[in-house]
Amino acid sequence: MTSLPAQPSAKRLGLVIDLDICVGCHACAVNCKEWNSGGPAAPLTDLAPYGANPDGVWFNRVHTYEVGEGPTGRTVHFPRSCLHCAEPACVTVCPTGASFKRAEDGIVLVNEDLCIGCKLCSWACPYGAREFDEDAGVMKKCTLCVDRIYNETFDPADRVPACVATCPASARHFGDLGDPDSAVSKLVAEREGFDLMAEMGYAPTNKYLPPRPHKHGAGCTGAPAQLAPAVAAKADGLLGWLDRLLSHE
Amino acid sequence: MPNEAEVIKGRPGAHGQSNGEAPLDLDVPSADRIAFTTCYMCACRCGIKVHLKDGRIRYIQGNRDHPVNKGVLCAKGSAGIMNHYSPARLQKPLRRVGPRGSGEFEEIEWDEAMAIATGWLGAIRNSDPRKLAFFTGRDQSQALTGWWASQFGTPNHAAHGGFCSVNMAAAGLYTIGGSFWEFGEPDWENTKYFLMFGVAEDHDSNPIKIGLGKLKTKGAAKFVSVNPIRTGYSAIADEWVGIRPGTDGLFILALIQELLLAGKIDEDYLRRYTNASWLVIQDEGAADNGLFVRDAQGQPLVFDETTKTIAPANQANVVPQLAGKVTLADGRTAVPAFHLVARRCLEPQYAADAVAAETGIAAETIRRIAAELAHAAFEQTIEIDQPWTDWAGRHHDKMVGRPVAMHAMRGISAHSNGFHTCRAIHILQMMLGAIDSPGSFRYKPPFPRPTPPGIKPTGRAADIQPGKPMPGPPLGFPTSPQDLLVEADGTPRRLDKAFSWEAPLAAHGMMHQVIRNAWAGDPHKIDTLFMFMANMSWNSSMNTAGTMEMLTDKDPATGDYKIPHIIYSDAYASEMVAYSDLVLPDTTYLERWDCISLLDRPISDADGVADAIRQPVIPPDRDVRPFQDVLIDLGARLGLPGLVKDDGSPRYPGGFPDYLVHHERKPGVGMLAGWRGAAGDKQGVGAVNEGQLDAYVANTCFWRHEVPAEARYFKHSNRAYLEWAVGMGLIDKPEPITLQLYSEVLQKFRLAAEGHGEVQPPDEHRARVKTYFDPLPLWYMPFEEAEVARDAFPLHAITQRPMAMYHSWGSQNAWLRQIHGDNRLHIHRATAARLGITDDDWVAVTSHHGRIKAQAKLMDGVNPHTVWTWNAIGKRSGAWNLAPKAGESQQGFLLNHVISELLPERGDGHRYGNSDPVTGQAAWYDLRVRIEKVAADAGVSEPQFAALPNPPHMPERPDVLRYGEGFRAAAHGESK
Amino acid sequence: MHPSLSVIFFTTASGAGYGLLALLGVFAPLGVVSRDPLFGFAALALALAAITAGLLSSMFHLGQKQRAWRAFSQWRTSWLSREGVASVVTYIPAGLFGLAWVFLGTVSPAAGVLAALGAVVTVFCTAMIYRSLKPVPRWHNRWVVPNYLALALMSGALWLAFVLQIFGARPAINGLAIAAVVLAAVLKLAYWRFIDAAPATSTAESATGLGAIGKVRLFEAPHTSENYLLKEMGFQIARKHATRLRRIALGLGFALPCLLSFVPLLSTGGPALAATFVAAALGTFGIFVERWLFFAEAQHAVTLYYGRDAV
Ligand SMILES: Nc1nc2c(c(=O)[nH]1)N[C@H]1C(S)=C(S)[C@@H](COP(=O)(O)OP(=O)(O)OC[C@H]3O[C@@H](n4cnc5c(=O)[nH]c(N)nc54)[C@H](O)[C@@H]3O)O[C@H]1N2
Ligand SMILES: Nc1nc2c(c(=O)[nH]1)N[C@H]1C(S)=C(S)[C@@H](COP(=O)(O)OP(=O)(O)OC[C@H]3O[C@@H](n4cnc5c(=O)[nH]c(N)nc54)[C@H](O)[C@@H]3O)O[C@H]1N2
Ligand code: SF4
Ligand code: SF4
Ligand code: SF4
Ligand code: SF4
Ligand code: SF4
Ligand SMILES: [Mo]
Repeated sequence: MTSLPAQPSAKRLGLVIDLDICVGCHACAVNCKEWNSGGPAAPLTDLAPYGANPDGVWFNRVHTYEVGEGPTGRTVHFPRSCLHCAEPACVTVCPTGASFKRAEDGIVLVNEDLCIGCKLCSWACPYGAREFDEDAGVMKKCTLCVDRIYNETFDPADRVPACVATCPASARHFGDLGDPDSAVSKLVAEREGFDLMAEMGYAPTNKYLPPRPHKHGAGCTGAPAQLAPAVAAKADGLLGWLDRLLSHE
Repeated sequence: MPNEAEVIKGRPGAHGQSNGEAPLDLDVPSADRIAFTTCYMCACRCGIKVHLKDGRIRYIQGNRDHPVNKGVLCAKGSAGIMNHYSPARLQKPLRRVGPRGSGEFEEIEWDEAMAIATGWLGAIRNSDPRKLAFFTGRDQSQALTGWWASQFGTPNHAAHGGFCSVNMAAAGLYTIGGSFWEFGEPDWENTKYFLMFGVAEDHDSNPIKIGLGKLKTKGAAKFVSVNPIRTGYSAIADEWVGIRPGTDGLFILALIQELLLAGKIDEDYLRRYTNASWLVIQDEGAADNGLFVRDAQGQPLVFDETTKTIAPANQANVVPQLAGKVTLADGRTAVPAFHLVARRCLEPQYAADAVAAETGIAAETIRRIAAELAHAAFEQTIEIDQPWTDWAGRHHDKMVGRPVAMHAMRGISAHSNGFHTCRAIHILQMMLGAIDSPGSFRYKPPFPRPTPPGIKPTGRAADIQPGKPMPGPPLGFPTSPQDLLVEADGTPRRLDKAFSWEAPLAAHGMMHQVIRNAWAGDPHKIDTLFMFMANMSWNSSMNTAGTMEMLTDKDPATGDYKIPHIIYSDAYASEMVAYSDLVLPDTTYLERWDCISLLDRPISDADGVADAIRQPVIPPDRDVRPFQDVLIDLGARLGLPGLVKDDGSPRYPGGFPDYLVHHERKPGVGMLAGWRGAAGDKQGVGAVNEGQLDAYVANTCFWRHEVPAEARYFKHSNRAYLEWAVGMGLIDKPEPITLQLYSEVLQKFRLAAEGHGEVQPPDEHRARVKTYFDPLPLWYMPFEEAEVARDAFPLHAITQRPMAMYHSWGSQNAWLRQIHGDNRLHIHRATAARLGITDDDWVAVTSHHGRIKAQAKLMDGVNPHTVWTWNAIGKRSGAWNLAPKAGESQQGFLLNHVISELLPERGDGHRYGNSDPVTGQAAWYDLRVRIEKVAADAGVSEPQFAALPNPPHMPERPDVLRYGEGFRAAAHGESK
Repeated sequence: MHPSLSVIFFTTASGAGYGLLALLGVFAPLGVVSRDPLFGFAALALALAAITAGLLSSMFHLGQKQRAWRAFSQWRTSWLSREGVASVVTYIPAGLFGLAWVFLGTVSPAAGVLAALGAVVTVFCTAMIYRSLKPVPRWHNRWVVPNYLALALMSGALWLAFVLQIFGARPAINGLAIAAVVLAAVLKLAYWRFIDAAPATSTAESATGLGAIGKVRLFEAPHTSENYLLKEMGFQIARKHATRLRRIALGLGFALPCLLSFVPLLSTGGPALAATFVAAALGTFGIFVERWLFFAEAQHAVTLYYGRDAV
């Protein structure tokens, strides 16, 4: 059913991605592919896997941008996956009901058994989070690892999305963004997490944390801009030796 | 891991949905069998938990308990499935049938393969064992391979360290008894200022990322990355210092000068833990000039400020003087080492203003960073409430730390001035009191070890006898010219010329010179080149095209190959396979036993000593054998002493696992340190334990033993640590390890060059040895830059490790090759504009050695004098069972084609290797080039080589890969 | 957006078919066109053939064609579903209208009007599919629906004029065709003017949220070869090609049909027949080109992540 849930759930599960920390290692992207290659959306088909122009299905892709120029310029790594929007047109445009948003936690999923592969949802997603599997003829996408986060056969510590569990830099966080007291919500509040393309009106659940300002101005660590030369010689101690050292030459 | 698994309680709608969506089974188990082992998608060696389902690998996850990765996995580790099931896996032993390099092979049985190898090797072992050159690339089996080489009797053995990072290892081990690389780590928890030089990824891949994540999450420290390129770690640095390659030494010495001028030096630390106060003889021309003044017991002497007398350095109560001339009993003068070091660092060429232009770092930035270092070290000291006792028995009720941490790797290492630059970093650390103090760089056991470790290389004439093992290991740490492996006339004895006057401290050997020297018969001819895991006809060689020619060149007189036999073990159809006569196919990392030993490159962390194993988690589906089993079998067939019993039968019939458990290097010390002793209750040292491997497997394949709390810092001088380390078998004696601010070892070589001692360099090498064996910190221009015209080759060209790719072997990985399927030459926007180059243009890259064609990509975050590319993405067409038109070979390119293994000729026609003069480290990043726009033509990179055919019976490459569809079908039912 | 031929053919053909059907459904009961069952057969057959061919072609676009029927289920939210429902539902009055006309010789006003309504609704739904897509600002604007409707009307009118010409001229229809072409051309020009002038809705800065730091430039895409997103949504057309194609569409697709539509007003017989046919064919071709441009010039927001500055 492609109507959005009549009653938006209080629980809004999603990811928070810290652009200040992401080193662009692609671990989240590959681990996601690895996990989901055996899950309900499997396979994440790869075309020409050993040929020219290999092209596979990925639920998470890591971009690298250069932003700004000169001393304020920086390089920012930017992972991109489904934002599990509160009001996504990817769901409402779907003619078959294959695309849906779960009422209980807001996760946006595709039921591949219903999907006709019309691709309209991918047109409707501004974030490029929909992945068409040409070989299977159906649409696939990030599941927020719904088959992990509730999986009772798992150790509770493993009940997090694969991309979060594997991120070596801890740049990815998972939690309930509908709950203002959750750790992720607090993190977002504290670090001024933001929405991507808010102007689209999709109300993404996932939030991004901005890179922190550079520290390269004088005094940025509390240190002076330069050290004062220790010219005045004392009778003993450090300045003494230096003085003697220089005078011996 | 900041997650909120706990909030996901209750399972609303997990099965019955509220808004009509399809039912989804959320409780599908991920595995029917779980097996722990160790990752080998790179040398970081993280712990992994392999989920197996229906006999296939369903998922590889990080082992949460593992000391290295604590549950995380990088991109490569996560893509292990695709390496394991790669269609490039070799299937069966191969014998060359076509000309070498043609890639034409026939499959043979293992018995035949072993017989061939035994035949070749047996013949040379019984005539001249030196005719075997046994070199291993991606090591970690070095504890076995080095020992095997000794048993065979050849000194011509090394692993890949010589072309990798021996500059870091040697500078560290000769200076502080430890090293960056993966042998030490920043105190991530406590540091306030982290300065990183020339690291894109490093071996400690996951620990560095975990650490940086911690540092940045806390937000309390400043992270400075000194790197010509602003990607990866540098991208998240609080400050990026885009230095010009090869000039870090200038920058570091300028920082030291600033600190010296301001008196911001940890005087106490220098006195206590370093040789700063040791008196150095000042007697120009004397045979002991520049050596330490020692007493009759050999104990170095200092000038005690309290008693105003000369006293042995090892007395707890002396307050040694750090500067000023002292007159010795014999009337000569001496000064403390620090005096000399400080004087060097205060030279005007190392002033901030003087180095600004060369380094490209503004003088005010250098001054500010020096001020920040001093501020962090001296104003933000941290104290850990942990009493401890130093080597001299002095009790300290706290551990006081200088929270400035440093780390450096190949951006420093891969230059011909890298040894001295790395030493300069260690000297800066010492000046700040920032070695193994809280918040600073920390040793990982078994480090620190004596400076340098006491092992000496073996391989003199007397050490090598037909049919006999060598009396010691091929590699070691020379401390004086007497330890070199040279003939009486000073010419090298080893094939790679390690430990010769061309590279006296080549502690890791010089694999990058092996093929050239073997081809040239210089210094001697060999019969068999036996290699393991090194793609030497491609990305691990300089002058790649020339290397291929040398591998295939024939002696016109005999028609035989100049390198008569080549045996090679690889697991995949790499470029090197085509150049081998006999190919011994290895398993993948998930199919074998392996050992990550303390005798090799351990996985310890600063708070614990650790080692690990790999266990087979899935049986091979091809006719391949673990190389280590093969080596042990081969050793037994050859009757190598350590590998056969007295009756000549194999000593380790169970292969490598048998060896792992039963082999002892010395009594009680074996490959694995955990669960020793018959009952498995001993750590470090203990008798053989038959159940040792089971104990490892039960502990998810690793062993870790915590360093006692009072032993965790100041390890080099901490009595508790030193005693603990002796107990664990890590060091021999509980003696303090004195940090070598001044390097007497270097001075000994310099004295030889000046004409002192019995072993002296031949005249043609004298000047070079004298110049570069400087006991004081030093910067000189990298050789290639100094020797080629700067304006003819105005740019530096370097490479970086991509985080998602491991050298050459990631390209066969269906997932990773989508991330890096080809590579570009990255150029600064302004530089490109000046040359009329725009994005996607094709450019010619020309060095003094050659020319390649590559496609350009412009960027801002790079030093304007530098161009760069991702390392080892370019492939030879047809290799790795990739389509001959794959992007890796068509658009991808290899920078190695324009890197020469030799420096330009000098006056007398001699060409030195393109290496550091002290250690022989390959100077990959000294490369100088010019670039110009060229026609795209077919849009294909150059050079191109004939496409390699697949070895026989390789699996067909699928056009569509649907990995995992079976799991879904089984778990979720197929309803198409 | 990737100009997929099956979709372009679908919207062009079914647009023409629905235009023709709508005109027949209204004009036949009004007596503006011939009530000759043979004419009815020919004209309706042409309309339904175009509609059906279009619909079938749209199926080629689907990854799972055999499940196409599922697309009728989500009419409450999905314009694509509504389009599907409307297109199928329209067959009922259209069929009844045709059967009565051709076999019974009666032109049912009710069926005609319902068929016309169905046709309009279907074209409207088609337009709304595009109109509703916020990530494609060149579609998400008020000019898209009028354009679709007017272009359907135009091609319907041109084809009606041609069929009528076979069965005897009706100058009024030629006048209508001229008017429809002019209207369509005006709306198309207005659309082009609009998309050329409309300020960007989103930028690389808003897509990444990094604008506060500075200008955002792609350094490395996630993968070195193109993926589905880029193949589907990253289509790029050079401005000079777009300009040329617009001229072609305007000249061949609008101006010439318009001029040719004057021919039957001035002459009859062969030349008139030929002129109406060429006008209809060129008009359809023009719409085909226009439709190709409609896709090719549309820029999807996802391209902001892959190096485009603004959409
Ligand atoms: N331009 C440039 N060149 C460089 C460098 C650089 O930075 N720039 N870096 C240098 C450095 S530091 C290094 S370490 C070298 C690395 O270069 P190499 O040592 O050549 O490393 P790899 O490319 O990883 O190739 C190792 C070989 O091991 C094989 N292999 C993989 N797994 C197994 C296995 O399980 N068993 C066996 N038997 N074989 C296996 C692979 O198929 C491959 O053929 O490159 C050096 N070359
Ligand atoms: N993912 C991945 N991990 C790996 C490997 C791999 O292939 N892939 N290889 C492993 C191996 S064998 C090794 S040796 C390690 C090496 O690990 P790294 O030391 O990280 O090796 P490089 O990628 O060579 O990085 C060198 C860095 O130094 C910078 N640099 C170059 N010249 C200079 C200079 O003059 N000064 C300064 N300050 N910086 C400079 C380069 O821009 C680059 O960022 O990585 C290991 N880990
Ligand atoms: S795993 Fe973490 S650090 Fe690596 S790319 Fe993903 S988010 Fe960034
Ligand atoms: S990111 Fe895209 S696919 Fe995901 S919910 Fe939002 S619109 Fe839908
Ligand atoms: S592609 Fe599948 S999920 Fe997407 S809109 Fe079409 S039917 Fe729905
Ligand atoms: S939540 Fe799961 S499916 Fe989504 S990007 Fe992360 S790993 Fe992939
Ligand atoms: S860093 Fe990655 S590839 Fe290397 S051992 Fe760890 S998980 Fe494996
Ligand atoms: Mo290396």
